[in-house]
Amino acid sequence: MSSIADPIAGAPVADAKAEAKSDTRSEAKAKVAAPAITLPATGERELRLDLFRGLALWLIFIDHLPTNLLTWLTIRNYGFSDATEIFIFISGYTAAFVYGRAMLEGGFVIATARILRRVWQIYVAHVFLFTIFLAEISYVATSFENPLYSEEMGIMDFLKQPDVTIVQALLLRFRPVNMDVLPLYIVLMLFLPLILWLMKWKPDVTLGLSVVLYALTWQFDLYLSAYPNGFWAFNPFAWQLLFVFGAWCALGGARRMSRILSSNITMWICIVYLVAAFFVTLTWYVPQLGHIMPKLIEQWMYPINKTDLDVLRFAHFLALAALTVRFLPRDWPGLKSPWLRPLILCGQHSLEIFCLGVFLAFAGHFVLAEVSGGAALHALISVCGILIMCGMAWIISWYKHSADKGASKKGAAGNADMAGGGA
Amino acid sequence: MKSARTMLGLMLLAACLAAAPVRAGDTPDPAPPAPPCDVPAYLLASESSLPKVADAVKANQPLNVLVVGSRSSTIPGNEASAYPATLQTALKEAFPAATIDLSVELQGKSTAEETAGTLVKLVEAKKPTLVIWQTGTVDAMRAADPDDFRTAINDGVVALRGAGTDVVLVNLQYSPRTETMISAPPYLDNIKVVAQQHDVPLFDRFAIMKQWSDAGYFDLFSTSHGVDLAKKVHACLGRALAKFVIDAAHLGPVQQN
Repeated sequence: MSSIADPIAGAPVADAKAEAKSDTRSEAKAKVAAPAITLPATGERELRLDLFRGLALWLIFIDHLPTNLLTWLTIRNYGFSDATEIFIFISGYTAAFVYGRAMLEGGFVIATARILRRVWQIYVAHVFLFTIFLAEISYVATSFENPLYSEEMGIMDFLKQPDVTIVQALLLRFRPVNMDVLPLYIVLMLFLPLILWLMKWKPDVTLGLSVVLYALTWQFDLYLSAYPNGFWAFNPFAWQLLFVFGAWCALGGARRMSRILSSNITMWICIVYLVAAFFVTLTWYVPQLGHIMPKLIEQWMYPINKTDLDVLRFAHFLALAALTVRFLPRDWPGLKSPWLRPLILCGQHSLEIFCLGVFLAFAGHFVLAEVSGGAALHALISVCGILIMCGMAWIISWYKHSADKGASKKGAAGNADMAGGGA
Repeated sequence: MKSARTMLGLMLLAACLAAAPVRAGDTPDPAPPAPPCDVPAYLLASESSLPKVADAVKANQPLNVLVVGSRSSTIPGNEASAYPATLQTALKEAFPAATIDLSVELQGKSTAEETAGTLVKLVEAKKPTLVIWQTGTVDAMRAADPDDFRTAINDGVVALRGAGTDVVLVNLQYSPRTETMISAPPYLDNIKVVAQQHDVPLFDRFAIMKQWSDAGYFDLFSTSHGVDLAKKVHACLGRALAKFVIDAAHLGPVQQN
């Protein structure tokens, strides 16, 4: 009980202030940090989490569209990791924060029940998206018969067995491209009660177990199979590391790492690594530079495996997060600026906005396929999608506020769910 | 189609003329207009080489090419217009004196792993100088494990090299309409990795077709049911592949662009 109690229930704001200086710079290698302590009963939100989750949602949306101008703004072009790492890490952080508190206040059973309710919501959202996907590709299948792609069109064969396909989709085994994140999230959330329970006991041991599972995954090639064949594109056995690490940071780990994070050595290691990763990435996009890379390093490094969360990717995320936490204090005034408001709003309603983003990406593909437009149309679609996401986030936010005012009297538990964005 | 062919012929002719000054008398067109499907040089550059091909051509021995691929290596009902056939034509035009034999082995539903197991037998039967192995599409559609995929390509390449042939790898087609259904990147990456490890020239069909689509040469989103687009794209692919092979074998300055 104590280890969680400290950060969440215990530590008063004053304590946090006392530490403020070292604390803000230090937060965990993850952008996170500001130890859970400073998010006490008042329920003040950690806006940086919302900001970066919002950013991750935008980037995931852009990455799901065909390559266009805006694609060059996404972080995957400048290093190994991409928006998925940010999303999963922050999800782990907020989930642990919200449900960790629930576990302290209401006990294991109550917290588990609430987590399962959340899992159900995510599952329903996933099935809803699958329905839209099915409609889209059924249309493509009936309208498209280009002999150039007779082989690729074979992918539609599963439509011949809708019964099997739909059941497999409900079992999360049939997952179309770009619909991999939610199933991963569902599985991770299913194990959250166990993770929190272990964390309550010994956070460091829990993180250690997570690392062990990650290592075993690499050693013994653990994976979840998919339908009709293949495997999960995001291997939960490997990606749990980020999720658990996020939870660990939320429950006090960030605070304990503060010294490491504030050290200049850490900063320089991070900078050097990020710059090196940037140059490696550059060779992918400017093939003329390919010959600069020493063959030996290439052979050691490639392929950088996204499915199993390659160590290079994880390290890249850590470096990014460490620098972010160092240079963007939690009380940075910019967080309140109206310019960042749309991002923060999106991050605060992550599940809804994520689903909307996936839907908009499908819709964008559809428009691009029907209207043969140039680069301008591509970029326009991306921008419109982001505007729609912001608009929707604003409406949801407005609705929740007015609903809150109307109904009010919600218990602290109810608010906690929202405060964390339900993870 | 006709114009593309003519253009192709002219280009190759011009190229040969440039390469063989003896026949420079009847140059038809000193500066041909931009072809309909030119490829940026970096997409056709390879640091790897094809020594066996080079030796065969220089020694005036027949060049025996075997294309192993899945269904995207053909056009159903129009095999003669598919890229292997246009490749053969282009090679013949580049080396009028040489004998160019080309055979195609289609394994429509085989993953890389399944194909890799058949390669040695194929080589024993056909004794090719060069094997062009087009792969990845079936694996991507079946979402095969990328690690297994890489191992399979690796084994296949080793087996082919061991059997004494040169190898060129060809990756997936760029297929924008099925982008939301087929995840190509892991397979593209893994083919690239094997190509780098073994110094095998990789004909980056995906990047080339994407380049054509971006440049507006072809509307690859098109829903047209006709076979015309397929023929044009394959004609261009065959020509680009010929140039790629000739360059990788360091066989003279064949300037097609």
